[in-house]
Amino acid sequence: MLNTFIGDLGHISVIVAFVAATVAAYSYYMAAREKPLGETDASWLRLARTSFLVHSGAVMSIIICLFTIIYSHRYEYYYAWSHSSNHLPVHYMISCFWEGQEGSFLLWIFWHVIIGLAIMRFNRKWEAPVMAVFAFVQLFLTSMILGVVLFDVKLGSSPFILLRDFLTDLPVFKTNPDFVPKDGTGLNPLLQNYWMVIHPPTLFLGFALTLVPFAFAIAGLWKGELSKWIKPALPWALFGGLVLGVGVMMGAYWAYETLNFGGYWNWDPVENAVYIPWLVLVASIHGMVLWQRSRTALRTSFVLVIASFLLILYATFLTRSGVLGNASVHSFTDLGLSGQLLIYLLAFMALAIGLLVWRWKSIPVSEKELTTYNPELWVFVGATVLCLGAFQVLFTTSIPVYNAFLGFLGIKSNLALPADQIAHYTKIQLWMGVLVAFLTGLAQIMWWQKNDKNTLANSLAVPGIITLLSAALVILLVRYNKLQMSGTYIVLLTTGLFGVLANLGVVLTLIKRRVALSGGGVAHIGISLMLLGILASAGYSNIISKNVSGLVYSKEFPEDLNRDNVLLWRNDAAPMGGYDISYTGQYYDVPGVPGYVNKELLFRTDDEYKALARADIKAEGKTYYKAGDTLEISPENTYYRVEYKQKESGEVFTLYPRAQVNEEMGGLLASPDIKRFVDHDIYSHISSVPDPSKEKDWSEVKEYTLAIGDTIYLNDYFAVFRGVEPAHETAGLGLAKGDLAIQGDFLVFGEKKQYHVHPMFVVRNRLIGRVSDEVEDLGLRLTFINVDPSDKKFTFGVSTTQKDYIILKAMEKPFINLLWSGTLLMAVGFCMALVKRRREASIGNGATPVVAGQKQTREPKQQLA
Amino acid sequence: MKKSHILAIAVIAVAIGIIMSTVGDASVYVSFREARERAADGNLTKVHVVGRLPRDGQKNIMGLEYNPTLDPNYFAFTLVDTNRIAQRVIYFNPKPQDFDKSEQVVITGAMRNEVFVADKILLKCPSKYVEKDIKGATAAR
Repeated sequence: MLNTFIGDLGHISVIVAFVAATVAAYSYYMAAREKPLGETDASWLRLARTSFLVHSGAVMSIIICLFTIIYSHRYEYYYAWSHSSNHLPVHYMISCFWEGQEGSFLLWIFWHVIIGLAIMRFNRKWEAPVMAVFAFVQLFLTSMILGVVLFDVKLGSSPFILLRDFLTDLPVFKTNPDFVPKDGTGLNPLLQNYWMVIHPPTLFLGFALTLVPFAFAIAGLWKGELSKWIKPALPWALFGGLVLGVGVMMGAYWAYETLNFGGYWNWDPVENAVYIPWLVLVASIHGMVLWQRSRTALRTSFVLVIASFLLILYATFLTRSGVLGNASVHSFTDLGLSGQLLIYLLAFMALAIGLLVWRWKSIPVSEKELTTYNPELWVFVGATVLCLGAFQVLFTTSIPVYNAFLGFLGIKSNLALPADQIAHYTKIQLWMGVLVAFLTGLAQIMWWQKNDKNTLANSLAVPGIITLLSAALVILLVRYNKLQMSGTYIVLLTTGLFGVLANLGVVLTLIKRRVALSGGGVAHIGISLMLLGILASAGYSNIISKNVSGLVYSKEFPEDLNRDNVLLWRNDAAPMGGYDISYTGQYYDVPGVPGYVNKELLFRTDDEYKALARADIKAEGKTYYKAGDTLEISPENTYYRVEYKQKESGEVFTLYPRAQVNEEMGGLLASPDIKRFVDHDIYSHISSVPDPSKEKDWSEVKEYTLAIGDTIYLNDYFAVFRGVEPAHETAGLGLAKGDLAIQGDFLVFGEKKQYHVHPMFVVRNRLIGRVSDEVEDLGLRLTFINVDPSDKKFTFGVSTTQKDYIILKAMEKPFINLLWSGTLLMAVGFCMALVKRRREASIGNGATPVVAGQKQTREPKQQLA
Repeated sequence: MKKSHILAIAVIAVAIGIIMSTVGDASVYVSFREARERAADGNLTKVHVVGRLPRDGQKNIMGLEYNPTLDPNYFAFTLVDTNRIAQRVIYFNPKPQDFDKSEQVVITGAMRNEVFVADKILLKCPSKYVEKDIKGATAAR
């Protein structure tokens, strides 16, 4: 039944949220106007707070309405219809929520509300000017989902639009406007992954957190408090760096596990769009730390903090305006919001740059010149390196924007992204990595001591020597394994090791003094480990599935072409790399049964999601279903069982790469399966299978008339006809009393095992029915054609088809665990730094000179010790 | 000269270097005619070509050649670019599974001899967002 109430409620909530944000922005502005920081106009402030609370309530109401629509399968709403379906489990309904653009805007809005409320509670002194910026941002964001038409201009795209208002041309709505589809079109199968439940909220929390330091910087510029904003903003910036960094890596991990391009990073504009602001945010954190420690780099901090937020807006514009077009495989589709997005971006750019220019001359600069013995210089250089790295990615990723801009001016431009993106980005990003790893080690060592020629040489000597020794050892090991190592790789290896070892030394000394100080060191070890992990896993990724046969066509092109996929016939073992590999059948996931269940044990029914067990279904020694039981299956994914046997050690393991037939996404979606070892991963995915949507090509039926005990050859297999018995798998046939069902009992001897084949012969209401039985393993089908009761002979039909096969790509990723463990260490380091800076900021909240003095005296102590 | 000046000059130099490298590495969208001319001039840099797949009356794609049992890493097809020039393309990889459904195809690669050797295929599939039909909408109420 059509229910318009909940959608109307949601839409009204959007409008309320928009209006309340506007009122809050204006009244926070009025409350803070022409007053020094910390003083406010009480009545404006009261109005501002009330309207922000109203805004928060309205946002919650929007979220509840939208989730109710998805949860209760209200397919009269376009959003539920296009993103969800009846069979979707609840945790994926949460992912449906943010699959669409509107929902992901909503997620972003939600986090701003939560953070805004936290600031209202914990940063009273800064509340009015900071919240003015917040409410202003919320005004823009809620306008994106507004979905109203003002003066012929459509503002925003509402998630509460009814299906009949979206698909107006559909004939069914002309005859029956209250038509409600029975099922939705479902969630993109690639997003049905646990990472997609947690990755988007993390990423959008990261997006939202970049607003905090930005809002503090704007408030500082506005109120003329040009340095005090750093202290309260720094913990937020660290929190943002943590969440955004972890969010990016979650996306990388999801891509590694789910997509099949063979890695974790593809330099897709959508990935780059988040990587760029993260680099700049991390650089800005370094600038802010420099100001906190030695009153330098304040202008840099301003510029970088503002840039990181503007880059988030730019990322939003890139991924949501449709400007990327052909350049990206997974940007959002264009909802016609590009104008609105551009105004959003330009408004904040103008505001921020205008304020910055206005105050630029009065931002204090440090008088003293930094020397080579100042760690501050090296931290500053490190931040610069990060920004240059970000600049390269930004400049290249923006190529589609240049085209669009020139096209707007009437100039036709045919510039495309580099054909070999990996090579293009690597040649700068690799050197950024080298410098970052080296500088983290150097600057961390210098940071905690008084430096001159002697002390520096002394403290660099030990990590330096260990680094060179271990680098030499690694290079020898690489050579020993008959692999090449280019000069650039050697440099990255050496600096990466130096980054790990130097920071490790720093952390070990700091732990003795005070654990809380070692956050930076821990995070830097993490970064260096990540670099080493990337070097090993990407630089030495090794294709094991090199095709050695079937070089029919290659004579045309004598060059070495990468032929990275092999064809595996079912049950035929093939040598590949150091393994013998065999493909041994198709499996389904049956909820409740551990592992996967062979398709041959299941008899599919008319209901896609139900099947009958043809034999007892056992796993790990326990019987889960008895023959004849009805069980629920997840029919979307087929798992292809691939057995790997290591030739040398005889060790065997099994992978189940999966593929999903999906008409809407256009074909077959393959996801890898990964076998994880401590020092490497074996990563395999299906590249192709016989088209599952096409009927199999069966040979013409060949008839055999047999007596019990006869032996025949079927498609090169030897088979015994053992007898005829009453049929026992009749559950699907719906037999009534008086009907007859018998089955032939064949034993077929395949390569690996024996198969019982049971073609059925059914007499029902005097009509004859035949249920043939297929052995997929052997490409064989038997039909029970006739019974001749007089001379006890039976006629069977046999047809054969091409054997089942898969095309597989497999590769080895050495030491990829360094990347993931480095990520975890980096996150731990960020957390430690966050706790430390948060404590300092809350001490500073009283803003009494005594406390500030205490901090001043503590720092030199750290330096001296 | 102050250190900050040296740093600033270094930054500008690197930034210019980055811009130059992007300009150098950036590819272009061309037609097959231009791709052939480039190859004739000995220019083997990779280009992007946008095109469509020719279809017969039954909407079947014409000229697909993929026989995995013979060679799983050889896929050949014909692409018609925006100027309606048809060109044989070879892709030394398995046929992308969603290839049959795609409306627009972007390939990168270069002409070699008489064929275009593609090393990347980007398919523009009918997105689910623009879906304009409901299955069974007329049958069920």
